[in-house]
Amino acid sequence: MEKFLSSLGRYVLLLKKIFSKPEKIGIYYKQTLWEVVSLGIGSIGIIAIVSFIMGAVITLQTAYNTENPIYPTYLIGLGTRDSIILEFSSTITALILAGKMGSNIASEIGTMRITEQIDALEMMGVNSASYLILPKIVATLMFNPILTILSMVVGIAGGAIAGVTTGVISLQDYIYGIQYAFIPYYVTYSLIKSLFFAFIITTVSSYQGYYVEGGALEVGRSSTRAVVFSSLVLLLFNVILTQLLLS
Amino acid sequence: MIRVVNINKSFSGVNVLENISVTFKKGKTNLIIGQSGSGKTVLLKSIIGLHDIDDGEIWYEDTLFNGLDFEGKKALRQNMGVLFQGSALFDSLTVEQNVMFPMDMFTNKSMEEKREQVNLCLKRVNIVNANELFPSELSGGMRKRVAIARAIVLNPSYLLCDEPNSGLDPKNSILIDGLIKELTEEYEMTTVVNTHDMNSVMEIGENVVFIHNGKKYWEGSNKDILKSDCDTLNDFIFANSLAKQLIVRRN
Ligand SMILES: Nc1ncnc2c1ncn2[C@@H]1O[C@H](COP(=O)(O)OP(=O)(O)OP(=O)(O)O)[C@@H](O)[C@H]1O
Ligand SMILES: [Mg+2]
Repeated sequence: MEKFLSSLGRYVLLLKKIFSKPEKIGIYYKQTLWEVVSLGIGSIGIIAIVSFIMGAVITLQTAYNTENPIYPTYLIGLGTRDSIILEFSSTITALILAGKMGSNIASEIGTMRITEQIDALEMMGVNSASYLILPKIVATLMFNPILTILSMVVGIAGGAIAGVTTGVISLQDYIYGIQYAFIPYYVTYSLIKSLFFAFIITTVSSYQGYYVEGGALEVGRSSTRAVVFSSLVLLLFNVILTQLLLS
Repeated sequence: MIRVVNINKSFSGVNVLENISVTFKKGKTNLIIGQSGSGKTVLLKSIIGLHDIDDGEIWYEDTLFNGLDFEGKKALRQNMGVLFQGSALFDSLTVEQNVMFPMDMFTNKSMEEKREQVNLCLKRVNIVNANELFPSELSGGMRKRVAIARAIVLNPSYLLCDEPNSGLDPKNSILIDGLIKELTEEYEMTTVVNTHDMNSVMEIGENVVFIHNGKKYWEGSNKDILKSDCDTLNDFIFANSLAKQLIVRRN
């Protein structure tokens, strides 16, 4: 408990340091663009594949659960849409990013810590926390919602293809279903979650890397912890945000 | 001149530096020697403010460094060049960008001016045609040289080096030591070098401080060091068989 509180305290202090005034905006701009490219674009492929399969599976499962003829088949489209938009797109995207980026971020920053590159930055008058971490936060805040929308679109398309090729639903019914009683706020809700998730993944992973002490072994451990903790924290916030935003 | 007065530093209750007082002279290569774990790096990092000391004073000329606020420290740090134990070059930047980095941060010079200064410094440390390489493409010795170029790029008054020749072969060690001494005299810098290498002590140790378990045991020049009657120091020196032979030869 004591350890948890002191970690939380250090985490808050790190956030404070990250958001204390950046000096030369120019270098941050370049850094952010670089992070968007290296962290965001590299994740498109895996997120598309996972979302496609996820959409297909949800459609097929919904179909098997609604085989009773009293349910109109368009419900399959509706069910797929709501599961994907409300929950799966933002959460799956975030979990994939946590796995992919979390370890990346922690080992990059942790290596800079143990090789004294962070000390060198501080010596050159650079706020190392904000120089290294802020661009990552801004970049993920920018592309996580986009990846989440991509996941929605690909997931729903995956559902359509799986549903039509297996014959559980016609394309017309599916399209009717995904438009039926559509609540645009669900998309907003999901995007709000994706922003929180982006923030959690980058800051929790950066925290793990930034305070590494020791050598290569500890950097390895910190990158594992980054994935585990950012996944756990984002799932916890998933529950909290759902309660706050949907009730 | 850098003056350290009675500093103490502990990590979670464990004393690492105890009551250290020492003066580092201008235009001289000042050495901090001691075995691994004796506190050399902690002392150096305390002097440049990367560790907050528990008590004591650190003076740069007439400025009390540990009394300054963040901005004050930052201003003084423009005047310090630091060579870290593992070179600490930025992996994601090229050699040129690495050496240019302090100028990007501290000055508003034009790209041409910066590039000119970078090339001047790289030439000074004998690195040519490597501007576009990344640190991972350099040898350990080259990395040290580039890090030295980065440390001197703003023409600092203070140069602080943490084990500049760790991981280098004896010949390259002597070259790097020589380079540091030359630069120190050329630019009239106050230079502080951490080392546990007796060769360096004999080559460039004009002013040597010996620390052991975080305490200062001895201070003097390389001329006196072999004649000292400090047992702890003699243990340290004679642990090295090469040094032992040197002494036998000298006597
Ligand atoms: N951040 C830290 N937290 C806790 N203890 C530390 C920290 N940094 C150093 N120490 C301890 O301080 C002592 C001195 O370490 P230091 O790194 O200064 O040794 P050194 O003389 O530089 O050794 P080497 O020649 O191996 O570099 C060691 O016992 C080390 O465990
Ligand atoms: Mg050391």
